[in-house]
Amino acid sequence: MLVHFALHNIMQALFNSFMQRAKVIDGDRVFFRFSFASSILIFLVLIGIILSLIDGGWLALSKFGPGFIFNNQWDPVAGEFGAAAAIYGTLVSSLIAIVIAIPVGLGTAIFLAELAPAWISKPVGMAIELLAAVPSIIYGMWGLFVFAPWFSEGFQMWALDNLVNLPLIGSWFDGPPLGIGLLTAGIILSFMILPIITALTRDALKTVPNVVREAAYGIGATPFEVITRVLLPSIKNAAVGAGILGLGRALGETMAVAFVIGGANRIETSLFMPASSISSTIAQQFNEATNALHISSLISLGLVLFILTFVVMGAARLLLKKR
Amino acid sequence: MSMRKVKNQLFIAFCLLSTLFGLVVLSSVLYSLIGKGIAGMGLHIFTELTPGPGSFGGLKNAIVGSLILTGLGILIATPLGILAGTWLSEAHKSSKIAESLRFLNGMLMSAPSILIGLFVYKVVVVTTGGFSGWAGAVALAILALPIIVSTTEEMLRLVPTTLKEAGSGLGAPRWQVMVKLCYRSAGSGIMTGVLLAMARTTGETAPLLFTALNSNYMTTDLTEPMANLPVTIYQYAMSPYQSWNDLAWAGALLITSFILVINILANVLPRWHKARKAGKKA
Repeated sequence: MLVHFALHNIMQALFNSFMQRAKVIDGDRVFFRFSFASSILIFLVLIGIILSLIDGGWLALSKFGPGFIFNNQWDPVAGEFGAAAAIYGTLVSSLIAIVIAIPVGLGTAIFLAELAPAWISKPVGMAIELLAAVPSIIYGMWGLFVFAPWFSEGFQMWALDNLVNLPLIGSWFDGPPLGIGLLTAGIILSFMILPIITALTRDALKTVPNVVREAAYGIGATPFEVITRVLLPSIKNAAVGAGILGLGRALGETMAVAFVIGGANRIETSLFMPASSISSTIAQQFNEATNALHISSLISLGLVLFILTFVVMGAARLLLKKR
Repeated sequence: MSMRKVKNQLFIAFCLLSTLFGLVVLSSVLYSLIGKGIAGMGLHIFTELTPGPGSFGGLKNAIVGSLILTGLGILIATPLGILAGTWLSEAHKSSKIAESLRFLNGMLMSAPSILIGLFVYKVVVVTTGGFSGWAGAVALAILALPIIVSTTEEMLRLVPTTLKEAGSGLGAPRWQVMVKLCYRSAGSGIMTGVLLAMARTTGETAPLLFTALNSNYMTTDLTEPMANLPVTIYQYAMSPYQSWNDLAWAGALLITSFILVINILANVLPRWHKARKAGKKA
């Protein structure tokens, strides 16, 4: 009887502890396996994007070979496709965007973080961040209906009279004042990446300890000297990272560019001429493309864009991490 | 004035002008959006379907379709994103896998949205044999996922270790500590991430072009092409018809106000939460 009772107790205790442990291990296992699987999903999606772009573009890539990148003919009727014009449009419009957005963004960030009193910098900072919340299609519409007509009359006409005869860069401004074109696309892109560059450099400036500023002002430096000789060098990595991040955004931006770039697959020296970018070409032609080679060429363009942005964004992330 | 002072004045003037530049652009965008948007606005926007070329109508099917696509996309992305963010926040600091996944998540966040459209086209549209609402929702979910992952991770990292230790000290298994303590403590922050993801996906046009396509009919059938605001705005704005252009501006005003409201909500929510907590303590 006693033995039986003891045995029963021991069994019960063993059973209880087993059940408890089983429950504990199971719950944790299930939960963390699921969460691990979800995070692996990120990797799978990214790999899936690469593989689907390679698979979809294979037909065009195997037909045209590496010459695809250097050929500037894009002729759906003749069945000849080369990416050079679209790559040129993408690179030049993005370059214009950062050439405008980096100095303006830096100036705004300095104004907000160093020069303006809090009652100005807070609402103005929020307003600049609002620029980032506006979807890209709105910039496209605004660019086409509001900015382009103004740009044609307000800048392009003037440039045709005054800038065309400049040495070297004069030919950039030699073209019809259509309002839309490569330069317009670059300017619209610069408005879109301005808030990112501003926000990142402003936040970096705020991390510089105040004693550094006080020391510099203490030896009689002007705000200009404090900012350019002390503060900017100390946030150099973050500022460069912000610029490259902006570049990466500009490269892949689709809708705003599709509205204002004009959609011509040519390489021209004039920045006033209609052009095309990789993303705008895909957006405008993909649904109309009927033959397999055209579709495949568009997907190959996508692959080129993916590689471009991946390299640029990877560099930006490494720079922003290194402080 | 000395040279130094002149330089300084010029520099300050440049910074001021840069700031004004951004503000001018913003006010011009908002001004034309409100001016032209209100001109095309009216009750008919919400009650009538998208019209044929040159005729009049509303945006009812596009609004409904956009709500369905965005809602479904967020619904797919939220649980996956929160779970993935949880794993990343719980992973060991020196974990190489977590480090690379974090990097890849950043890359997915900055991948051009049109490429996500191409990917979903290849994977969903081609395999199922046609454009569909499902494809659009999946594309939007992929856009929302990395945003939710990274905010969830950040917010969970802010949960004090003492709270987790207290939970474990009471004998709660780790998953219960996560679900019952950490999620509750980081809840408003995670919600902010979900709202920001929603704001981002609502205005996205490029990934919908080759997935949900567009439609002139009122449909809730997710296996059919589905009307949506961004693509409708794109098509109507690019058209030569005045009535379509007006509808595009009205739609643009609608979508931008929606996004702004969500953004403000995402900003205010954590503060409300904090204020309520402080109020309870007092």
